[in-house]
Amino acid sequence: MSNDKKTNKNLPCENKEQKTSKATNYKKVLFNGILNENPVLRLVLGTCPTLAITTSAMNGIGMGLAATFVLICSGFMVSLLRKIIPDKVRIPAYITIIAGFVTLAQMIVKAYLPAIDAALGIYLPLIVVNCIILARAEMFAAKNPPLLSAVDGLSMGLGFTLTLTVMGAVRELLGAGTIFGVSVLNGALPPMLIMILPPGGFFVFGILVTVSNKIAAKKGKPVKNKAGCDGNCEGCALKEAENND
Amino acid sequence: MKLYANNSPHISGKEKTHDIMLDVIIALAPLGIAGTIFFGFRALLVIAVCVASAVIGEYLFNKAIKKETTIKDLSAVVTGLLLAYNLPSAIPLWIAALGSLIAVVIVKGMFGGLGQNFANPAITARIILMVSFPTLMSSFTPVFSNTTVVSSATPIKEIGLTYGSFGGEYSMLRLFLGDYAGCIGETSALLILLGGIYLVLRKVISPIIPLSFIGTTFLFTFILSGNFKLSVAAVLCGGVMLGAVFMATDYVTSPTSNLGKLIFGVGAGIITVLIRSFGNLPEGVSYSILLMNLFTPLIEKIPSRKPFFEEA
Repeated sequence: MSNDKKTNKNLPCENKEQKTSKATNYKKVLFNGILNENPVLRLVLGTCPTLAITTSAMNGIGMGLAATFVLICSGFMVSLLRKIIPDKVRIPAYITIIAGFVTLAQMIVKAYLPAIDAALGIYLPLIVVNCIILARAEMFAAKNPPLLSAVDGLSMGLGFTLTLTVMGAVRELLGAGTIFGVSVLNGALPPMLIMILPPGGFFVFGILVTVSNKIAAKKGKPVKNKAGCDGNCEGCALKEAENND
Repeated sequence: MKLYANNSPHISGKEKTHDIMLDVIIALAPLGIAGTIFFGFRALLVIAVCVASAVIGEYLFNKAIKKETTIKDLSAVVTGLLLAYNLPSAIPLWIAALGSLIAVVIVKGMFGGLGQNFANPAITARIILMVSFPTLMSSFTPVFSNTTVVSSATPIKEIGLTYGSFGGEYSMLRLFLGDYAGCIGETSALLILLGGIYLVLRKVISPIIPLSFIGTTFLFTFILSGNFKLSVAAVLCGGVMLGAVFMATDYVTSPTSNLGKLIFGVGAGIITVLIRSFGNLPEGVSYSILLMNLFTPLIEKIPSRKPFFEEA
């Protein structure tokens, strides 16, 4: 693990990153998380909360926004401290930073949105070990300037929130006949209970991954070799995974 | 020169998937006729809807993923028939169609089509429907009445709930012939046995799984209850017969070795009785077959013979 950074410097991708102008970089990073590197559907990170809490659209939004808040703040903080934190203890350091912001988020939700807090239960404090946040700290914030890292956090958070909300809405509609608690089907069709049970989560998740891969492929960015590789190496999960092998 | 390395089996016979499936359909057909006689025209309608939507679903799915159509191998017809036989005759038709689509598209197609599915499509679709619509899936029409919504108790509920107090209302002959409330194709033990014997004689299925499945169910029920009559009834009613003969013997999702088949059948029988007696569901055949489907890759790892070079 400790010689990760050395090997990274030899990669051709690293040089490309510095050449691209700043403005395009920000724009690219901002939209990256929505589809191209959607943390749930394309990087397949944070699957546990995704499957567990998306029994309703409201839960999805609540979880997504809480994670977005933590992503932005921890990305900014980790990036600020990236030159100070020694390589060997960087994971505990990142976790400490993330845990601080999660505690903050949890207190805010508990105080102002007790209903959401009750619905999310243990999954709210578990954002600490959410792999999206640690992965972005490790892959992006540790190598990029603070503002860009915060934008990356926002982008990833939006992708996460969007996915969770769509999944929650689909499962809520089919499994309970409502969206955001408002009755849509009006009892015209009996709800399919399985959709709000764990198997339904896996069904919707699998189908959404398929759809997102299809859309990404159509946009002229074919999925190369491994799912999730869009030929753009900067801050990409797959490059990092290969280095760690 | 090009050398091709194909997967086993290397010896290919004249028999094609189409012929095997045709034999299965021939064995299944009498059950549909009996179901129509017992539960009325509505049962035939459910069967037709299931088969049609399975075939159309497979055709459209193949179109969507741009693969050659596989409806000619008749496997979709078999899936549709088996699913219909596992539904009560009063089920809303759209639920029947939905079940077929789940079986053919989600359970079979998305895993790579026939031969790649890890679980039996009809069984899995039935379980999904059972979990989704528990009341609709357990409202049975009494035999020989053509009213569609009246629900009637099936004797299988008595087996699960009250060990020892079973009997009286149903004679063994009625249970054997299929004259009791249940799913469309599961009631007549006689016709299922005939179909099974036909398939064994045609060498389509091996008798090991059905015999060990049914035998274990009987023995285990007898051990738990000590009631001979009840143990016979445990085998005759509910889905054990249909499941053991037609669903557990699915080539793709059951072990290939004889020892593996025995383990599969015994395991399915034990799980069935455990769910019936200690679970909160009235019937456990579907879940037992699905669970054993999932165990199949593990069972396949047991070698049927010790390789001689590994003895030391």
